[in-house]
Order: sequence, then C-alpha cells, then structure tokens
Amino acid sequence: MELNLKEIEEISKTLYIQALKLLPDDVKSGFDRLLREETNETGKAILGTMIQNVAVAERTRNLLCQDTGIPIYNVTIGRDVHFDGAALKQAIRQGCERATHEHPLRSSVVHPITRFNEHTSCGLRVPIINFDFDEREETVDIEMIPKGSGSESGSYLKMFPPADGIKAAKAFVIDRVIESGGRVCPPTVVGVGLGGTSDLCMHLAKVAATRAIGSICADTEGAKIEAQLSKAVNELGIGPQGLGGRSTAFEVHVEIAATHITLVPVAVNIQCHSARRARAIITPGGISFGV
Amino acid sequence: MAHHVLKTPVTEDQIRALRVADTVTLEETLFGIRDATLIAMFDQGRRTSLYLSGHAVIHTAPNVRKVEVCPESPAGYEPICIGTTTSMRMERFTRDLMQREGVRLIVGKGGMGEETLKAFSEMGGAYLAIVGGAAALETTWIEAIDAVDLDDLNPESLWRFRIKGFGPLLVGMDSHGGSLFARVQNDVKNRRDAVLASLDLAD
Repeated sequence: MELNLKEIEEISKTLYIQALKLLPDDVKSGFDRLLREETNETGKAILGTMIQNVAVAERTRNLLCQDTGIPIYNVTIGRDVHFDGAALKQAIRQGCERATHEHPLRSSVVHPITRFNEHTSCGLRVPIINFDFDEREETVDIEMIPKGSGSESGSYLKMFPPADGIKAAKAFVIDRVIESGGRVCPPTVVGVGLGGTSDLCMHLAKVAATRAIGSICADTEGAKIEAQLSKAVNELGIGPQGLGGRSTAFEVHVEIAATHITLVPVAVNIQCHSARRARAIITPGGISFGV
Repeated sequence: MAHHVLKTPVTEDQIRALRVADTVTLEETLFGIRDATLIAMFDQGRRTSLYLSGHAVIHTAPNVRKVEVCPESPAGYEPICIGTTTSMRMERFTRDLMQREGVRLIVGKGGMGEETLKAFSEMGGAYLAIVGGAAALETTWIEAIDAVDLDDLNPESLWRFRIKGFGPLLVGMDSHGGSLFARVQNDVKNRRDAVLASLDLAD
C-alpha cells in the first residue's frame, strides 16, 4: 500500500477536531459507573455536570474542554506500507496546523523560553509524533491525543533503588495522586510507568494514562498492581475536582518495560476526565474512524 | 447552604454573606484572565483600561473566532469554547488582583491556597468553583465577548464576557477562612496511612 499524504493531512486535521469534540464510549461508560458508586453529594453533582457537558458538546458540536492541549499523534505502521517518512511527518503537521486555522482552535503551544505562540498548535518538536510498527498487513493506525495541561502538570518520575523495591513505587503513586489533588481535574486516569530508562518510563506513563478505560496491562504482574492501585486511589477521598468523594480516578493504568539491575523506575502521568482521543485506521479498503 | 444570584459588580457586604458550600449564579459581566495576563499586569507593571473593581474574574483562555466588529461582537471576537483552567498556578497574584484592581470573586477549578484565603479574609473575596473540563456547557452561559485588552497576549488576553445565568458555581473558599479544598486535603491526609496499609505499604 502506498500512503496518500494528502489523505494523511486531511485525516490528521479531522482527528484533532474529532478528539476535541467526541468523548470515547469507554470514558462515557466510566462516568456512568463512577456516578453509580459515588456516595458524596457534591461528587455526584459534579459527575452529573460532566456527563451533561459531554451531551452539550455533542449537541452543539462544540469542544468538550477549552484546552486544546499539546497535540500528540501515535502512528503505528503495519507491513508492506510504502511512504516517504519526512513527508509523512510534514503531512501530519500540516493537518494539525489546518485544524487550528480552519476550525479555528486556540493554539495552546508556545516556545518554552520566549513564550511565543505561532498560533498553529505547532512549534519546535510539536506536534509530538510517535512512530511504531506492527504485524498488521497494509495498515496504518493513527491515534490523536490532545493532552491538556491541567493533568499534564501531574507528571512525576523517581528512580528507586532495588532495596526500596516495588513497595516504594506504589507508595510514590499514591503520594503523587494526593499531591495532584483537584488540580489535575479528577476523576482521572492515573498512568504509571514501571521500568525502562527515565525517558521510556515517562513515556510508558503517558501510554498508560491515555489507554482506553477498561483495558488491562498485558503483563500479569503489571495487571495485579493496576487492580490494587485502582482500588486504593478511590479510598483517598479526593473525589471529583478535589471536592471530596470516591471518584478520584476512573482507573490506574500500568505499563511496564524491562529495566537495569540497579533500578526501580516509576513514573506518573495523569489524564483528566476529558480523556480525549480519536483514531483512524487506513487500509487499501479505505479509512475508518473510531477510538 | 444558600443560593445567591449575584449581578456584577458586587459589594463587600454581598461577598461577606457567602459561605463555603453555598452556590452562586453570576449575571452580567465576567472577566477572563490567566497566567500571561497576570504576569503582564503585576510582574511587568502593565495597566488595563478595563475596570475590574467589584468584579469577578475567571481563569481562562478561550477559543475564539476573529470577526468584524459589530453590535453582537463589539470586541471583534466571537466565543467558540470558553472553559476554565487550573487556578493554583496563579496563587501569588490574588492579593495584587484584589488590592490594585478591586477584584472580589475568582472563578476557577481545583482551588487556591493559603495566601488567597488570607487575602479573601482581609479584603472580602471568595472563590467560586466551577466544574473544570465542562467547557461546552460553560460556553452556553456566555452571550458575547464585549471587550478585550492586552490582546498581544492572545489567547491570554484580558477578556470581558457578557454572561447570562453563569452557574451554579460552588463557593469553595469564603472570606471567613473557610475552604472546601483545605477540608478535603486534610481528610485525604488522614486517610493516607490507612490506604498505604491496605496496600501493605505503611511506613
């Protein structure tokens, strides 16, 4: 399959706008579950408002949240796909810029030192484009994630020694959820990276934070920790918006990687309740949009 | 737990009547402000021609569309999506905002800290918690953008919104030392050890 780059540009534009407007079904179901389990009256009222907002966004075709985030494109390329890599990157960037101009969207991206805003949602190394490869025949999978700043500020990394062990890593997660409180717009998905190098660990935390609600860590040991921490964070009482209640997180997600004999790396990256993402799958048969 | 409908600007007495857990609906005018606006005004000494005394500010940077100036869009901007950002980043500006500009209400998400609570007690201010991330709904409470200043900071300009039925908002911090956020944080602190023990992680 030869990639049509004009099509990729169009898809990259559409995905950004779609992600900002339509919340995935797994997140909507997550809200319903939290509301059923919530006992705090303020918490219930806040969850109700969040659910109402999703419906208003659909009805008025508006953005769910004003934070257009830092745009992230996760591109997974299957077998027998032919393309010019540099041109593919350019097409994605062009689509991101066009979404910003044509909708229009607030550009939330600035130079980190001068704070200059190009008003394109792009800048040096942004949009973030992650490439990966898999076994699917003639398939390109593009996932778009607008990562909002309220929850991105809930990012933490610690390299524990083996003597402190996984116990320290788990306590670290609980303490960082407490530290983040209401600022990260709970209920959240708490993404946890375990292992790797510092950069891989942080990346894993982001992968975990942006995974579908209801999905489970592929590693059995990782899945056990996920279940333990998911239960534990909702006993803390932080609640929706940090105003009290059970619903601190939809779930805690864990992603793991092998690491060095001397290290227990742990990273936390938080996703707010506006857990937005959109996906397009391109095959010779056409394009299908989903999450 | 009373409900208050407040038409801005408000008086100190109106603010002193608010208690945490009360609810408020704002009417008339609301100002949009955030990081870059506050840095410009208070770190760089820039002044605004807009009159904030007795008013409410919301921590926001909106999505807007540039349009021709007309009666519906007197500032040349049409609102697209207006939501709320995390307030805590702007903690150190509350006192200046109240002292120099006379602001009485801050609308935001996630709550603010002790310095803000002190300023509220001394000068008569309150924090109204909105549901963060519920911007599509919030936008339906905004009728128009009727003025803008410091627009070189766009989208972090100083915005003046004409509002209708903006709320209900929850009084999260009042002028009597009350803070729902501090109350919850304290409760969470007390639960921490039990939660760690349940994970077999107690110190």
